[in-house]
Amino acid sequence: MRPLGPFYILVILALLAAPLVVVTGVSLNSAQSLRFPPQDLSLRWYAALFQQADWMGPLRNSVAIAALASLLAVAVALPLALHVWARGGWLGRALYTLGVAPFMLPPVITALGFLVFWVSLGMYGQMTATVVSHAVFLVTLPLVTISLGLQAVDPALIEAARVMGATRAKVLRTVVLPLILPYMISGYAFAFVLSLNEYIIAYMVAGFTVETLPIKIFNSLRYGYTPIMGVVSVLFVVIAVVVFGLIGRFGNLPRLLGAERMRE
Amino acid sequence: MSVRDQKATPGWLGAIPAVWLAVLFLVPFAIMLSVSVAHRVPGGFFEPGFELTSYARLFTPFFGRILLTSILIAAGAALICVALAFPFTVILAGMRRRAQTLVLVILLAVLSLSEVIIGFSLSTLLSRTAGVGNLFAWIGLIETSQAYTPGLFALMAGLCYLGFPYAVLVLYPPVSRLDPELGEAARSMGASPLRAFLSVTVPVLRAPILGALILVFVFTLGAYLLPQILGRPRHWTLSVHITDQAIFQSNLPFAAAMAIVLLIVALAMVGLALLLGREREGRA
Repeated sequence: MRPLGPFYILVILALLAAPLVVVTGVSLNSAQSLRFPPQDLSLRWYAALFQQADWMGPLRNSVAIAALASLLAVAVALPLALHVWARGGWLGRALYTLGVAPFMLPPVITALGFLVFWVSLGMYGQMTATVVSHAVFLVTLPLVTISLGLQAVDPALIEAARVMGATRAKVLRTVVLPLILPYMISGYAFAFVLSLNEYIIAYMVAGFTVETLPIKIFNSLRYGYTPIMGVVSVLFVVIAVVVFGLIGRFGNLPRLLGAERMRE
Repeated sequence: MSVRDQKATPGWLGAIPAVWLAVLFLVPFAIMLSVSVAHRVPGGFFEPGFELTSYARLFTPFFGRILLTSILIAAGAALICVALAFPFTVILAGMRRRAQTLVLVILLAVLSLSEVIIGFSLSTLLSRTAGVGNLFAWIGLIETSQAYTPGLFALMAGLCYLGFPYAVLVLYPPVSRLDPELGEAARSMGASPLRAFLSVTVPVLRAPILGALILVFVFTLGAYLLPQILGRPRHWTLSVHITDQAIFQSNLPFAAAMAIVLLIVALAMVGLALLLGREREGRA
């Protein structure tokens, strides 16, 4: 069993990596064909992504939406997490449930809800609608990370600051916020990566006017596969690995994901 | 009120997320509910009203078949995912922290990948020109390379790819809380590792396993792009049909009625999963 365990892990990881390896290979073809192993290695499609206007637009949209939506998500998650942490009560419980609910349900439900909402407001098809919808959908991630961070705050620190005469605002600003800043950043990063990859909400809310990269890929799949889709996939995998790798390097990823005991 | 009794945050702070979520999360659901009973205007959106026409359509064989297909596909994927993920998580939780972090980074990266990228990658992997067909032909397993997509096999592979990291992350907290001495005790009394796993680890974690099954089921139920990229039209799930009705058939009331049904199913399932989780914590 001992050597078998790591072997099992490796087999599964290899299976998970297989499609990505093939896609990386495909993105290196020089001709507009999906060959694996690739023929005549070339980075031409990597350059093409940043030169062709019809791919550059969606890339810009995706990054802008992800950056703004995650910021909004953190801005809402922070007071929510603080309220639950400091006051609890029925309102706290209800708010926390509301905050994690979008993530527990099949996203198509949330997406349709947003669709009828923005249609009613007359904002259907605007980028603001996509940004706000993503922010509501992704609020779960910073909410969970910030709550974890607050649980780790030592009450004695706050008590000490209070006794020495700090006001409530000052305690929040100078004691609590610096302690939970890393958790805010990882919450932002989680939300950023997921917003970048999100399809159904972006599509339902403004799919025909504000094209994001996932929408662009799906639309182009109908006209045939090109290596440029492989390039975007590689880009997304790299972004995700870098972001989560950084969180793992500088934070405690196992604890962030709910592990309690750990062998060093 | 003395300084010591003062709460750490001002009371109005909770109002910000309360208003935000009420307006942007609850109101959309309320509108969706009202749309589901609205009168459909062919070619346009809908006009307000109260009729159950859209719900009546849910009792047709058309919808029954979609619901059955969705449930069977999602349930199958959930079973495979959890069966693969449970031993994986148990082994993972016993590894050193550095190794665990590395595996978790990979899982998170895969989990965050867009369905469209997973679909594209798998259909490439299973294609005739760039995929495993080539490999099999090269080894001599088959005569000439062939495609394994689209079809039920490709779709299930895709859903398992989507659901596996999720299943591991759902199982990870309860598994990592499990006392490793339990298994060791069984082993020291002479049980083989496999026997210790089956007769101690699995029964102790029965509730979390059931909870994970339900959550992965709901998660794969939400898959929207994979059935279109990797499956055939007869494999289209409820999520695909909801979008199809909303966007392409312009039948928002019917789409909303289907979404409400899906919402009720999902809420009931998630509620059950949470209940299972609470029962476990109550006993621990």
